[in-house]
Amino acid sequence: MLSRRSLLLAPAAAALAARDAAAAGPLKVAFVYVSPVGDAGWTFQHELGRRALDAAMGNAVKTSFVENVEEGADAERVIRKLATDGNDLIFTTSFGYMNPTLKVAGQFPKLKFEHATGYKRAANLATYSARFYEGRYATGVLAGRMSKSGIAGYVAAFPIPEVLQGINAFTLGMRSVNPKAQVRVVWTSSWFDPGKERAGADTLIAGGADILTHHTDSTAVAQAGEEKGVLTVAYNSDQSKYGPKTCLTAVTHNWNDYYVGRVKAVIAGTWKSGDLWGGVKEGMTKLAPYGAAVPDAVRKEVDAKLAAIGAGTLKPFAGPLSGQDGKPKVAAGHAMTDKEIGEMNWFVDGVQGKI
Amino acid sequence: MRLERRAAASRLMAVLAPVLAVVAAALGAALLFAVMGKDPIACLHTLFIAPLADATGVSELALKATPLLLCAIGIAVGVQANVWNIGAEGQFTMGAITGGAVALWLGPDGAWFVLPLVLLAGVLGGMAWAGIAALLRTRFNAHEILVTLMLSYVAIQLLGWLVRGPMQDPEGFNFPQSRQFEPAATLPLLFEGGRVTIAALFALLAVPAGALLLGRTLIGYRIRVVGLAPGAARYAGFSETAAVWFCLLLSGGLAGLAGVSEVAGPIGQLLPSISPGYGFAAIIVAFLGRLRPVGILLAALLMALLYLGGEALQITQQLPLAATGVIQGMLLLFLLGADVLVHYRIRLGGRAHGRGRSGRG
Repeated sequence: MLSRRSLLLAPAAAALAARDAAAAGPLKVAFVYVSPVGDAGWTFQHELGRRALDAAMGNAVKTSFVENVEEGADAERVIRKLATDGNDLIFTTSFGYMNPTLKVAGQFPKLKFEHATGYKRAANLATYSARFYEGRYATGVLAGRMSKSGIAGYVAAFPIPEVLQGINAFTLGMRSVNPKAQVRVVWTSSWFDPGKERAGADTLIAGGADILTHHTDSTAVAQAGEEKGVLTVAYNSDQSKYGPKTCLTAVTHNWNDYYVGRVKAVIAGTWKSGDLWGGVKEGMTKLAPYGAAVPDAVRKEVDAKLAAIGAGTLKPFAGPLSGQDGKPKVAAGHAMTDKEIGEMNWFVDGVQGKI
Repeated sequence: MRLERRAAASRLMAVLAPVLAVVAAALGAALLFAVMGKDPIACLHTLFIAPLADATGVSELALKATPLLLCAIGIAVGVQANVWNIGAEGQFTMGAITGGAVALWLGPDGAWFVLPLVLLAGVLGGMAWAGIAALLRTRFNAHEILVTLMLSYVAIQLLGWLVRGPMQDPEGFNFPQSRQFEPAATLPLLFEGGRVTIAALFALLAVPAGALLLGRTLIGYRIRVVGLAPGAARYAGFSETAAVWFCLLLSGGLAGLAGVSEVAGPIGQLLPSISPGYGFAAIIVAFLGRLRPVGILLAALLMALLYLGGEALQITQQLPLAATGVIQGMLLLFLLGADVLVHYRIRLGGRAHGRGRSGRG
């Protein structure tokens, strides 16, 4: 551990000299979080990335964060304050920070900004996101193998493309091993509302779902599954401690390598704006360790699917795909482009729910 | 040590109590910082002084206090008439929706009258939303506490639907947001480089206007009589129905103005979430300010300062947000606790005296 750290430190320290004389000293890196850090969830995964940055870069960086920043008028002030406070690189980690980040980036052309999940960029504003749907497809396969009733329940926040991609990929994965599988969706209209998430989970269980997953930020679904003995696939973070018996795995976000890489690029003077939509291949989307309930054969099968997705040989949104009404949506032989996936606003066949 | 009721409320203490509370909260905060291993003086400086150290800070303070002030003044006028509008959040949201709709519709025209219409639409939207509560209260005696609160959630859901449907930005990749408003539909800045808009002037104007209304006008007098002595008000022929309508329309209009000023100001577009709970925080502000407009101005500034200071504590002192929450809680607790001194005095060793009194009684 120690040797790895000093190895990483040496080039970083050398590269520091390349930077502006005025900016000498540790690179100041700030993070803006949309919710409190907590111990699981969207923000927690970004916080893990920040901690990884501290661990990897040691004294070469000085990191800080502001948590629970509203996506409205407050965001711009916080980002600007971080900019005037001498930060060199600022990560804003929620979609709603897009316009405020763009505005502040325009006013501080010498600083570097990175906005997660957005689509507006500038010379000093890069964007990054992860293909969470790749992990969703693999866990859909898992659900198809583990479900007896063939009915899965999906507690989801808002019908935006990122969420719809996940629901569709999960459904396609599940149907790839059980063509009759159904995925029932309940909306919570909130990223974080344990009460609603719990109520949604209870409704889905009462409706016959014997495996649950979610695209929300709390641990309520994993906990509901554990209480009622219903299998779950968690999201954002490993939630095995909330469902030691029933939580099969989780689709997790991993920003650690990205953050370390981008900071090193700034220090080396090679940072460039751009857009990275990473996935299994880049290590941004992973599965948490399997729970004891998952048989070996299923583990091997799901791992193989994930590897195929990483290698690019399995494309979750390759045609032929039909919509909810059974009519063809994507022709055979055509895999949806990133643009098409990014604008997704429809459900595949097998999803029961309304957008 | 015991408390003894004063014959009349102490004027000195009415002024001194908030000062004592702030001092007590500062001491409590210093203790908290010390326990957390931080330098208490540096942290107090970050919390209370640093946010105001430059023009940007002052502008941000005004920006943050504006919606609180507008909403709280309306709420306070209502409470004087015993009309409890706790749904300013909903009227705020409605004002943002109606004003935003006009901004999206007429903004591209770029004419001079667009902005006044945007503001007017926001005010009317807030009034209409509060008007529903007034109608239900005066016609069916449905209590406005429940109705205004519930309508808040309806307004928030409505906004959520609009930015995912009819008002969604067609070039926005299906994300829930409207187009950004054109310059003609956004409020002018008070000064270049800051974010505070002329809405801060509306809010400042609401302070003397509210004070005049309550203190010097017949309608203000009627409002207070209806609130304090409904029986006497009826005897004097003051209509309670009129007071309910007036108060709800006034507070709804002010909240609507706050809402439209937020979306046509610092936000610049409609989003699913446009308020960090201004309408609800304004209830605290109204009571902290003792329901008097000048007090509310000070309370709104204090709340805004706590928001900014809390952010600064996270940024420069790496303190978690929860620490700010504890300090805010302490301050509110001490402020309310110090109010006891206005109506009671502390007697030391007054036990025997007390017994004597009760003996006589």
